[in-house]
Amino acid sequence: MTDLPGTERAIRAMQRQPLFATSADRGWNQRFQLAGEDLREGFVLWRLSWALAVADIRLRYRGSMLGPFWLTLSTAVMIGSMGFLYADLFHTDIHKYLPYLAVSLILWSFMSTLIADGCVCFTGSEGLIKGTRMPFTVHTMRCVLRNIIVLAHNVIVIAAVFLLLGVHVSAYALLAIPGLALWVVNGFAMAFLVGTFCARFRDVPQIIASIIQIAFFVTPVIWNANILNNHPRAYILIRLNPFYYMLEIVRAPLLGTPLGLDLVLKALIVTAVLIVLSSLIFARTRGRLAYWM
Amino acid sequence: MTHLTAFNISVDFPLYHNESRSLKKRVFGAASGRFGQDHKHRAVVQALRDISFTLRSGDRLGLIGSNGSGKTTLLRALSGIYQPTNGSLSMEGRLTSLLDPGQGMNMDLTGRENIRLRGLFLALPKAEIARLESDVEDFAEIGQFMDMAVRNYSSGMVIRLAFAMATAVHPEILLMDEWILAGDAAFLEKAKKRVEAMVRHADILILASHSSNIIAEWCNRLIWLEGGKIVGDGKPLDVLSQYLPADQFKELLKTAQPTLTAG
Repeated sequence: MTDLPGTERAIRAMQRQPLFATSADRGWNQRFQLAGEDLREGFVLWRLSWALAVADIRLRYRGSMLGPFWLTLSTAVMIGSMGFLYADLFHTDIHKYLPYLAVSLILWSFMSTLIADGCVCFTGSEGLIKGTRMPFTVHTMRCVLRNIIVLAHNVIVIAAVFLLLGVHVSAYALLAIPGLALWVVNGFAMAFLVGTFCARFRDVPQIIASIIQIAFFVTPVIWNANILNNHPRAYILIRLNPFYYMLEIVRAPLLGTPLGLDLVLKALIVTAVLIVLSSLIFARTRGRLAYWM
Repeated sequence: MTHLTAFNISVDFPLYHNESRSLKKRVFGAASGRFGQDHKHRAVVQALRDISFTLRSGDRLGLIGSNGSGKTTLLRALSGIYQPTNGSLSMEGRLTSLLDPGQGMNMDLTGRENIRLRGLFLALPKAEIARLESDVEDFAEIGQFMDMAVRNYSSGMVIRLAFAMATAVHPEILLMDEWILAGDAAFLEKAKKRVEAMVRHADILILASHSSNIIAEWCNRLIWLEGGKIVGDGKPLDVLSQYLPADQFKELLKTAQPTLTAG
């Protein structure tokens, strides 16, 4: 019992490559190579990220009766109350407005929470980062997965609203799936990007929170983009708004509204820019992240 | 073959707050010699300077030195957590580091859940995770606490669990900080047996400690760090004779006699 345990031999054979070498920074080649290894090793450990993400959600609601379905319930309450209020204020038909609001708000809250969460994906795991050598990808993946779990609980509300109001859903809605896949890619890149920035500059999370707040009001989330049709100058709000492109590529298919090819292109460009930026920043700072904790 | 080579490792800690550049600190820094500037003129603490050594199978290295001499930083650098500012590190062998008892544990999860997470971190399949769980349970002997949140553990229990987790999956290179010595006598005896079994299988141990008794008993090589530099390196007894005040060294010889003469 106190001697070597029996699992030893079996485990030895299964372990990852036991070779490890590191050195002082040797420029971009080494940086990209190490960042690539981090990603690869991180993806191998996806079960760990998943378990951590599930534990995060479970712990948040441990001891409560509804558990994570509080997510569903509180979203339902918010959308229900906001739906009737704004439908009245905007003089729109609740049958049209409620599905729009449900889809918009739930997608928006996924996007905005993912960004805010990404800010603390490294600083929040300080204990793990300073205690053991673990790929940083595990932390970003944990953050993305956690938010996907929240989204999955909220999707129930969308389904309920669509059922109750008898919203017609066609095969066109399936186009939301590639859109969501693009969101996941974006979420990863975003977590790497803001996570690194926030680890180095501790004021950034607050700045990002303010930006998201403003973005919420200038992006057509609770209001419909159509009301800008007669305001050419205000139209800039959606023409130059990356949040709008990203939101629309998933929202339009779900609501059955037309989706222009230009928006898809713009969303792809946003994704490409994010990927390039985040890989540059992550490769550059990966070796320093532990020092900033 | 298990080995570990550190070549000229230096670690600088960046100081990002402006007050570090105040005149007072600069004077103080010049006096103590640990504060410097990197090549971009940013203020840094020179935590480690040109550390070089090679360890082979069977080596049990002790690290000794006053508080802030860089022991823990060296363990972190060797673990691959801090990328060195200078120099390089290469090793062969699976490494486990026990730097901080609560490290890598989620305090809100139960002991059992934490073991599961460790199993996932080690990329073990399900069956092996179950065996890991029973191994750790047997060794840690914390009974019912296994299914309670780690937050409710006594600090001794956390140590038992952490040590059991780190050594249940047999590491080839084990790095430990001194907190392990906080366990009670019975546990310490058990822990020693496990580490000895590990070293008998020709593996490497690096242990940072303030306890010269433990060092003399567990290690066969000792490095004395001071101000981030190696000031002594050799057989534990030789280094301790310089490190300890004369009376304490005599005391040590008396208490640890059997092991020392045997080694």
